[in-house]
This record gives sequence, C-alpha cells and structure tokens, in this order.
Amino acid sequence: MQPTSANTPAQSPPEKPGRWMLPGLGLFQGLAVTGRNMVQSFYNKERMTTVQYPEERAPISPNFRNFPFLVYDGNSIDNLRCVACSICEKECPPQCIYIVLERDENGKSLKRPKIFDIDVSVCMNCGICAEVCPFDAIYMDGEYELATDDRFEGLLFHRERLAKSADYHMKLRPEQASEVIARRKAEEEKKAAAAAAKAAKAKADAESKKAAADARPADEKGGDA
Amino acid sequence: MSVEYTDSDRLLRVSLGPQHPSTHGVFRMNVELDGETVVKLKPVFGYLHRNHEKIAEGATYLSSMPYTDRLDYICPLTNNWAYALAVEKLAGIEVPERAEYMRVILAELTRLINHTAFMGFILGDMGAWGSALMYAFREREKILDLFEHLTGARMMANFMRFGGCRNDLPAGWREQVGTLVEGYGPFLDEMEKFLVGNEILLSRSQDVGQLPAETLVNGGITGPMLRAAGVSYDIRKVDRYGIYDRFEFRIPLGEKGDVYDRIMIRFLEMRESLKILRQAIDQLPEGDYVNPKARIRGFKPPVGEAYGRIEGPKGELGFHLISDGTPNPYRYRVRPPSFINLTLLEDMCLGLDLADAVIILGSIDIVLGEVDR
Repeated sequence: MQPTSANTPAQSPPEKPGRWMLPGLGLFQGLAVTGRNMVQSFYNKERMTTVQYPEERAPISPNFRNFPFLVYDGNSIDNLRCVACSICEKECPPQCIYIVLERDENGKSLKRPKIFDIDVSVCMNCGICAEVCPFDAIYMDGEYELATDDRFEGLLFHRERLAKSADYHMKLRPEQASEVIARRKAEEEKKAAAAAAKAAKAKADAESKKAAADARPADEKGGDA
Repeated sequence: MSVEYTDSDRLLRVSLGPQHPSTHGVFRMNVELDGETVVKLKPVFGYLHRNHEKIAEGATYLSSMPYTDRLDYICPLTNNWAYALAVEKLAGIEVPERAEYMRVILAELTRLINHTAFMGFILGDMGAWGSALMYAFREREKILDLFEHLTGARMMANFMRFGGCRNDLPAGWREQVGTLVEGYGPFLDEMEKFLVGNEILLSRSQDVGQLPAETLVNGGITGPMLRAAGVSYDIRKVDRYGIYDRFEFRIPLGEKGDVYDRIMIRFLEMRESLKILRQAIDQLPEGDYVNPKARIRGFKPPVGEAYGRIEGPKGELGFHLISDGTPNPYRYRVRPPSFINLTLLEDMCLGLDLADAVIILGSIDIVLGEVDR
C-alpha cells in the first residue's frame, strides 16, 4: 500500500521489545511501577490526588461556570439590569429560559422582567446567555451545591432566586465585574453628558428664541420710529 | 447478556450489551459463537441517539457549539474546532494568529487526554482493572484542571468561537501548560514501562484484529487505526489546516495494524503532541484572541456550502454545513470518526475469540456520544 499522501514523512514503525527477555520479567517491571506508585502515594503530593470532599474542598477557578444568575445594582432586586429583551431566551441552546416582560396598565413596556425563570434541570451550563447579553445583566454562577429533593419546583429557579447583587458578582469574578462596572459607569456618564448637553442646547435654543422674540418688537419699534 | 441456542444447535448467539462494561457505553454486539470463536458479529447502535443534526438545523449557528462538546465528550475542544473551522470556511472569517496558536495548544492537549484515557480503557478491557485506568485518569485530571481554569468547564468547554476563541488565556496559564508538558514525558515513560513489556498484554494484543491496509482505506477508516496499519495519512499534514505547517512533528506509523500497534501508535502520537505543544507555547504571540469583526449576535453566513475537517484524536472529524442565508443552517452533517471506524468491527473480529472481540472494540477507541449523535 502506497502512502495516500506524498507530503507526509514516513517514520520507522513503533519499537517492539525484540530482544530476548526472561519470561515474566515484563510483568515484574509493571509491578515495580505499581509498587512505586503505591509507596509514593503516601508522601508524594503529585500522586495524592484524592480530596476528602465535605471536609476539604478543591480550589475552584474563578472562571468556573455553573448556572446563570441575574445581576441587580444597589440593594433592591427591582433594580435588575435585565430589560427583558429576550435575546438570551432566543439564543439559549436547550431553551431553558422563560421571560415575560412587565407592562403597565396602558400596555407600555416597563423594561424589566415580570417573570424570569430558568429551568436548571434543562440548563447545560454553556454560558451563551451571559455571552450574548448586551446589558451585562446575566452571568454564570460558581455555586455547585444545589441538590434538592424537589425535582420540579426545586430546580426551576425564579427571578427572586436568580437575582444576585453586583457585589456578589464582584466577589465571584473581580476582574470581570470591575471591567463591567467601569464600562457601565463610563456609559452612564456619557449618557448623562449627552443628556446635559441636550438640555443645555434646548435651553440655549429657548433662550435664543426668546432673545429673538424680545428683539423683534424692538426692531419693529425701531422700524416704526 | 442474553444467551440462546440457534437452530443448528451448534452456534451460540450472545447479545453482548447494551449495558456491558466492555462496550464503552450503550453499544450492543450480537455475536454468534462456535465454541469460543466468533463466526458472526452484528453491531447494534443508536441507544444514545440525541438527534444532534436535526436540533442543529433548528438552532442558530452559535447554539450548536455547546452541542458539539457532547459528541465526543472525551475531547470536546477538537469538536469545537472542527465546527468552528466549517463555519469559518462558510462565512469566510479570518482567525487571528494568537487564536490559532491557542487552538493548536488546546487540540494537542485534547489529544493527550484522549490517548491517555484510551490507555486506561484498553487495559481495563484486557482485565487490568484499576491501576492503569487510575494512573491515566490522574494525569488526565491535570489537563482537565487547566481546561477548567481557561474555559470554565472541565469537559463541556464550549470554547471556540467563529473567528477565534471565547476568552483570552488567564494569567499564568501558559506557564502551567509548560510545567504540564515537562511532566508528561516522564509519565509516558512510566506508562510505557508499565505496559510494553507485559507478557499478558503482548500475547493478548499482538496479531489480533489485523486488516489489510486496502480494506481500511476502502472502509474510510482514519486516525490512529489507519496509521497503525502503515498508511501515512494525517489531516494535520494533508490539509495543514490552522497553522500546523509551522510546527515540526512527524507522523508515527505502525507496521501490522494489530491491536498492539494501535496502542503503541498512540504512545508515539502523544510524544509528537508534546513536541507540538512545546513549540506552540514558545511561539505563542500577543494579539487578539478573536477576530474583532466576528459577530456573536445575529450571525448569518452567506448562501453556500462548506466542509471543515480536522484530525481529531480518533480520526477525521468533519462538519458539512449548507447555508441558505438564514441564521440556522439548512443542513448540518457530522462525519464522526468513531462511527466510521466502527463499521469494520465484524471484519476484524471474525475467526477470533470473544475475548479478542472485546479488545478489538476497545482498540477502535469509540465514544458512543459520537457514534449515535
């Protein structure tokens, strides 16, 4: 059989123990490896891999992600950053997010979720919701001790359960949270500056209009004179 | 396992699986035995069918990315890469250099994971329960810790994006990979000493499950199974996708294509992977980890068709996508290496003992998540 591709350099076949060996020697070599592993597992940190879980915990990376949570600013969960735009609901691969927008009596959007449910028994921890959110409102949590004896209601997380403060986010992933807060602050300042500029412009417009209105009678008067 | 006598009263029909520790998941082999000898073998699969391809047709391109993790769950990052490569071909997205290097590092680490776990599993199939699997999984755990630190999950990474990767390397990650690579060579030496001279392994695996290279090529077999039979075919060298042309590495080839060669070829491949890793870590440039022009929301590739393939640890892993210009693919097809490698199982097993059939199945290195999709 010719090699199917000419540009792949061939190499010698894997070496086999061609030399004569005492029958059974290979077994003892393997057994020596096992013995060394066993003895070293008492003192060598590299070989001691078991963690006695409830008493002792393995360190968790700050990047570790589990289920999503919603971020709110300040102290009240009414200040959720989420505006119920439903982008995460649409992008969620297993479709485990359910959002209902809150509206006032006239049917006008209040830009916050009335219902925000995540079925964590369906969620596959992919983190796409956090990635696509343009409002920095949803992030992946690191909490992992979530066992419950109620597999329906206990695993359906409502808005109240999902909401966590911005401080929690800061504690969980300081780097990401501080970057987000700085960006939001800058955006807000920009918005405030834009609003102030707009207000100033409106004021200036109004004033110039008023001045013009004030000036016109004078002109007229002057014209009369 | 159910047993029944056939009409001829000579052959014994055994249904091995679907719940059987030697079948690597929910896989069933209907074997007909003449004494201990296999005279007929019918693989039955589909127990783990999850409708992956049809789900992907109803989902956006990005939403399929986490599902690809679950194809071959031993090595999610190569699956991510193959899919990202297909979509990048489809939409014509450029990948920044740093992202290419990150992908190579992750893919080679994945290859290490896969082959290391394979060593444990094949020894388990031969009856060496415990030691080999534990040593293999101890080393695998170190790589999985690195993955968790980088991607946020040990196995379901969901890390590659169209035009790069999801996030940049955390501080100190590169150095950790360097330490791991330095420590991996001694582990491979130890594992080789543990296995290679072992008379039981030699007598169980040598001259078992050979097929002529022509049959393997005609059967579409790829990956270490094909190379163990002496056919030099590695997509890293053939396609030179990504930046594989920048690294110096060789393709190990076997001679006979028996189970022993398949084990040894994986040892050699791991050593070549370590070579690639050392070079990639040294050369890793600064820059963007994702193409800044690539979009996450509202991604719509132009109308067209693309096939992206990579050399996965198990063989050629390809994704064939057809786009009709909407956010969902019109057709999404996976070419899974372990499924196609499994098709020649009967030819390899005929005339051998039932115990050999078990290790031949082990040497194909299948993951049922990928076979059944």
